[in-house]
Amino acid sequence: MTRTPAIELTGATKRFRTPSGALHTAVRDLDLTVAQGEFVAVVGPTGCGKSTTLTLVSGLEEPTEGEVRVHGEPVRGIDPRVGFVFQQDAVFPWRTVLSNVMAGPRFRGVPAAEARERAREWLGRVGLAAFEDRYPHQLSGGMRKRVALAQTFVNDPAILLMDEPFSALDVQTRALMSDQLLELWAGSGSTEDAASVVFVTHDLDEAIALADRVVVMTAGPATVKEVFTVDLPRPRTVEAVRLEPRFVELYREIWASLGEEVRITRERGAGRAA
Amino acid sequence: MPLETAPETPSAPAAEAATTTRTEARERAARNRRSMVLGARVGVLVGFLGLWELCARTNVIDPFNFSQPSRIWDQIWQWITHGTAQGSLGEQIGYTLYEALTGWVLGVIGGVLLGIALGRIRFLADVFGPYIKVLNAIPRIVLAPIFLIWFGLGPASKVASAVVLVFFPVFFNAFQGAREVDRNLVANARILGADNRRVTLQVVIPAATTWIFTSLHVSFGFALIGAIVGEYIGATKGLGLMVAAAQGTFNAAGVYAAMSILAVVALVTEGLLTYAEKKLFRWKPADAGDGR
Repeated sequence: MTRTPAIELTGATKRFRTPSGALHTAVRDLDLTVAQGEFVAVVGPTGCGKSTTLTLVSGLEEPTEGEVRVHGEPVRGIDPRVGFVFQQDAVFPWRTVLSNVMAGPRFRGVPAAEARERAREWLGRVGLAAFEDRYPHQLSGGMRKRVALAQTFVNDPAILLMDEPFSALDVQTRALMSDQLLELWAGSGSTEDAASVVFVTHDLDEAIALADRVVVMTAGPATVKEVFTVDLPRPRTVEAVRLEPRFVELYREIWASLGEEVRITRERGAGRAA
Repeated sequence: MPLETAPETPSAPAAEAATTTRTEARERAARNRRSMVLGARVGVLVGFLGLWELCARTNVIDPFNFSQPSRIWDQIWQWITHGTAQGSLGEQIGYTLYEALTGWVLGVIGGVLLGIALGRIRFLADVFGPYIKVLNAIPRIVLAPIFLIWFGLGPASKVASAVVLVFFPVFFNAFQGAREVDRNLVANARILGADNRRVTLQVVIPAATTWIFTSLHVSFGFALIGAIVGEYIGATKGLGLMVAAAQGTFNAAGVYAAMSILAVVALVTEGLLTYAEKKLFRWKPADAGDGR
């Protein structure tokens, strides 16, 4: 059965003009396909252009060359089927938790009563039902992240883009959040399909534990170096899957590929510093 | 520990008692400190006024030029009980406040609207940027005589000078606030489905309110200055006119008295503004909300 892939990047290149006037290539000639309902993790050295890839898919930025397609259609502006979880806190600090989660549906013209009902349902799923009247500054970092997840999932995205969403959290909270994400993802989607996910991270453990496929990027400008299929059975829990022999095997294989790029990036940094 | 002398005392309540006494002691210390500060403040004021009075009475300083606290108080009391040459004292204060408030409100509305518009729309900022810089470079207080010629002796000319003084600080803060909105918040709102209008109304404006409010404090002072200077140059009523009239009759006590009244008026309005700010910024963490 051939179905249209959820996301297709073909020969995508993105160049920026730096403040000093020089051209900086963030992404070069990138080809990547994500099937519907697939969970893809993207790993690569710091600053290699992983985040730029996500902004291209979301429509926040346009590629300089090449093409980006979502469900077969070229991306023109922001696609309403896309959800985006940011690395930094992006919840609105002047809105209460409930109002934050209601924001998406309200922006899309859903009546207030219905938006409130849907928001309450998602707050319940992320375990924040008792905190709906709080302001973000009154919550812990992990709780704010859960607000961000509810805020994104309430829009029922067919495509979910995540830019190192848990990198600011401590290790225990991060494992809990990963499990919660897998749960939400499994229960998402109005059709029979779960959302298609692109999850950018620099944490290889997290990538293998969550994803169906792990994409290794080269040192910047980013392009796909190698793709690994993670054949671990679902449903998974992060702490348990980490102990499986197959996990360790995959980790060693992928690290052999990723480690080289990390070393290149580090050497460049050292060369620049000298 | 001395608390352990009673051998059968269960340890938990003992510990509790110890902590409550310690908390009480700490509270008492904090209270003492607060009354110390307050006492010292009053002491400074009393010392300053006392020294002034003493110097004036012993002719160390010339009371005709420098006046003295008791005369200033007599002057204020006379104004309160018998009214001023221009009418009752309340009427003068009301006049000045009316001019300052009207000018302030108009200046703030103009500054916020234009600041947000130029902050959001690049084209407008590029076109109007140089003109606003030029206008800002003019010492705006010299416009007061021009406004007097244009709008006459009534309140309109004072409102105009207050507006030009208030507009610029508010405008620059609103502009900066609209420019420096966290890019993540804007990106998040756009992904969640907000159009440009909603981004402006529901992200940029709330994010810029912190900046705008900082300028409101400063700019109310400017509005008062605008009104007073306008009245000083030429008016039929108001505190500024009282200063000018007192100066014209070499009544130093009158100048100081009008200044003291003005200071009280400014402090009261400042207090009201701080109160409104606290109400509006409930979403801010308490330590960062104060801004000072």
